[in-house]
Amino acid sequence: MKAAVLVFPGSNCDRDLAMAFRNAGAEVTMVWHKDSALPEGVDVVGIPGGFSFGDYLRCGAIAARSPITRAVIEHTARGGYALGVCNGFQVLTETGVLPGALMRNAGLKFVCRSVPLTVETADSAFTDGYSKGQRIAIPVAHHDGNYVADADLVERLRAEDRIAFTYAEPINGATADIAGILSENRRVLGLMPHPERAAEPAHGNTDGAALFRSLLGALVPA
Amino acid sequence: MKARVHVMLKDGVLDPQGEAVRHALGTLGFEGVGGVRQGKVIDLDLDATDKAAAEARVREMCEKLLANTVIERYDIEIV
Repeated sequence: MKAAVLVFPGSNCDRDLAMAFRNAGAEVTMVWHKDSALPEGVDVVGIPGGFSFGDYLRCGAIAARSPITRAVIEHTARGGYALGVCNGFQVLTETGVLPGALMRNAGLKFVCRSVPLTVETADSAFTDGYSKGQRIAIPVAHHDGNYVADADLVERLRAEDRIAFTYAEPINGATADIAGILSENRRVLGLMPHPERAAEPAHGNTDGAALFRSLLGALVPA
Repeated sequence: MKARVHVMLKDGVLDPQGEAVRHALGTLGFEGVGGVRQGKVIDLDLDATDKAAAEARVREMCEKLLANTVIERYDIEIV
C-alpha cells in the first residue's frame, strides 16, 4: 500500500504519522504543500498534526487552500482514502471534505494528555480492528478541538453511523463528545486524538496501532 | 479602495474566548456586562475603483477563505 503524508510549514507530527504507516507495512512518501499532485498510485493520504501556517486566520484554514490540498480533495472525490489527525482533521473540515468545524476548547486550555475514547463504529477501514463500544486510550494535544455541529448534522452523523470515536468523558466541549468522524463513503477519517502517538510498545501504549493495521489490511490487494 | 471585513461567530455558537473576557471584566468590577462576543477585523487594500464590484469580490474572498461559514458570519464595509 502506498501512503503520502503531507508536510506544511508548521506540521510537527508528519514523521510520527509516516512511521506509523511504515510500521504497519506501507510505503510512505512525504509530500510538500507546494506540490500540486500526489505521487502516482497513492492509496491513502495522511494529513498530520501540528500548527500549519502558525494557525493563522483559523486552524487549518491556510493549509486547506494549499496546492497539495486541492489534489487531496480530488483524491477523496475519486474515492481515495485519507486520514486527518488533529490539525489534519481541522484541514479536512476547512476544505469541506468533512462536515462541521473545530473551534477553541470550551475550557480555553490546551489539553495534552491521554484520554479515554469509545469506538463508536467498527464499520470502516480505519476502525474494523476495534469493536463497537470498545474503550481505548489515545493521547490528545490540542487547543482547538471543540467539534461544532448543529443538531441536524449530529442527527445525520448518527443515522449514517459516521461518528468513529467519542471522548468517554468531556474534555473540550465538543458537540456530543465527538472526537472523530467519517466521510459519507467512510473512506476519510478525521480525528483530534493522535493514534500515531500510541502505536508502538516504546510509546507505552499501542491502542492506536489497530487503526493503521486495519487500514493497511483493507487496502492490501487480496 | 479599502474594505473592512468583520468576522463574528454566528449567534448560537458558544464563544469560549468571549466568555473568558466577560468573566475577566466582572473580576475588574465592570458590572452589567451580559455577554461578550469576540471576532476579527480584516482590512483589505484593493486596486478596485468600482464599489459594487469590490464588494462582490470581497464577498467571494469571505466565502472562500476569510470566514468559515459553518460557524462564522461576516459583514463587509467598503470605505
